Amino acid sequence: MSLLRELYQEVILDHNKAPRNFRRMENATRRVDGYNPLCGDHYTVYVKLENDRIVDVSFEGAGCAISKASASVMSTLVKGRTINEAEELFHNFHRLVMGEKEGEDDIEKLGKLAAFAGVSEFPARVKCASLAWHTLHAAVKSDTATVSTE
Amino acid sequence: MTTEPATVAAPSFHDILRIAGCRHHFPLLRQLVNGKPLVYFDNAATSQKPQVVIDAMVKYYETENSNIHRGVHYLSERATQAYERVRAKVKAFVNAEDQREIIFVRGTTEAINLVAHSFGKIHVHPGDEILVSAMEHHSNIVPWQILCEERDATLKVIPMNDRGELLMDEYERLLSDRTRIVAVTHVSNALGTINPVKDIVAKAHARGIPVLVDGAQAVPHMHVDVRDLDCDFYAFSAHKMFGPTGVGILYGKRRWLEAMPPYQGGGDMIKSVTFEKTIYNDLPYKFEAGTPNIGGGIGLGAAIDYLHELDLGGVQQLEHDLLAYATEKILTIPGVRIIGTAAQKAAVLSFTMEGIHPHDIGTILDVEGVAIRTGHHCAQPVMQFFGVPATARASFAFYNTKEEVDAFIKALHKVIEVLG
Ligand SMILES: Cc1ncc(COP(=O)(O)O)c(C=O)c1O
Repeated sequence: MSLLRELYQEVILDHNKAPRNFRRMENATRRVDGYNPLCGDHYTVYVKLENDRIVDVSFEGAGCAISKASASVMSTLVKGRTINEAEELFHNFHRLVMGEKEGEDDIEKLGKLAAFAGVSEFPARVKCASLAWHTLHAAVKSDTATVSTE
Repeated sequence: MTTEPATVAAPSFHDILRIAGCRHHFPLLRQLVNGKPLVYFDNAATSQKPQVVIDAMVKYYETENSNIHRGVHYLSERATQAYERVRAKVKAFVNAEDQREIIFVRGTTEAINLVAHSFGKIHVHPGDEILVSAMEHHSNIVPWQILCEERDATLKVIPMNDRGELLMDEYERLLSDRTRIVAVTHVSNALGTINPVKDIVAKAHARGIPVLVDGAQAVPHMHVDVRDLDCDFYAFSAHKMFGPTGVGILYGKRRWLEAMPPYQGGGDMIKSVTFEKTIYNDLPYKFEAGTPNIGGGIGLGAAIDYLHELDLGGVQQLEHDLLAYATEKILTIPGVRIIGTAAQKAAVLSFTMEGIHPHDIGTILDVEGVAIRTGHHCAQPVMQFFGVPATARASFAFYNTKEEVDAFIKALHKVIEVLG
């Protein structure tokens, strides 16, 4: 059970059951679809940008507990941040789920993201955890309308 | 003569016990996964291999390995004979009329691509129609789509009902003067449905239309008699019938195969080559360009011998009992919906759990040592039809046990405990 509890931590279960910022956004600056063809996870991420600041972010769609919780936690963390700060969070998150060791400081910096540390034990789930982040990255950095994890 | 399950003599209790006892022939099954005894319920993706198949391949590489149809030396002769003996075994296994009707390919996918390409080249023209069913694996959809695009033809789809059974009246209505070929699966990998292929073939033949049957999920579970079915093409993969990966079979009636142009060019498929003109080899070699998977072919031969001794009638009965047991047990779990409830079903149990994504089910089961498949099962149109992004699928083989089903059900309760 402990391995499972490490993956499905309370934070993840909570955000899966009651995802935050789970809504459509009418006046979004950018809207990007993210798709994981392997398991059919499908989300749309909306961002509202003012200069280089993410003043609002939301998402809708369907997928597994890991991908949905990840999208939800992400939305709470990047709201109000600059694009560069969001990109740095993505970088840290990516290292975390890939199992690249973090120092004490880094863990501290990760905050709520640390709940996804268990994902690194489940290589098949890394794509689930990072789908929303890849989609956000596309929304703030490029002009594609769809990203796929394949 | 018929292959309908109802008319096959019921296997005795003794036979069933004997078959169940064959589990120990599969070395891979004796392992722990995450500290739990492995429960392998992903047989529709690929089956495990008995020791005799592994041994036959090792022995081939240790004592006979050589290229075939090419050398005059001792080893080449032996390898050629061994490989051609497998062709004879396959012929008997599916009851083909003639050994030349058995083409070695890489698997079901390549077999279907071969027919789409070579048959399509001479028989499919602009405005023509190709008929597939709503429950096909991508490998029996995409090759036909490519052909339709190239030839300006149209792909038509036989619909199904919400149990996952083909609508035979609709099927008959869809057969038209423009239909050039019907391509249907014998057993659905996503739903378990056993299609009435004999009837499907008869109805197409009444209008002079040939039929390709995708037998990937049928051959490991039941007697297949291509002459009784009267199908024109039958495709299957060794790796789903306890043989190795990388080898499969296309059966085709000689009169079609003779007229079809080659699929690929290269060695073995020619009689003579000059820069001006090449004369193609006779059947079956015309369709077998290049050095084939000889070791894999030897493994397939051993798998056929193994299935012969096992007795597929008994296998079918045993798997039927397992499926019935698992179906009854899983329906006691709240929120479970079975996808695919056809009256005629093979040992496939596709399901969803309310509010829980199949991917999460798969991960939790894996931690409990239970291997199932989750996702769209290479049948995205089936998922769309049932309005689900994916399903969880347990698929059984004769070596699975009721105790394993119990472990599976227990693991599903754990899923609810963790995520419910
Ligand atoms: C019904 C069906 N058709 C075709 C295939 C493709 O077989 P292969 O991948 O061995 O070519 C499969 C296997 O996944 C299948 O289940």
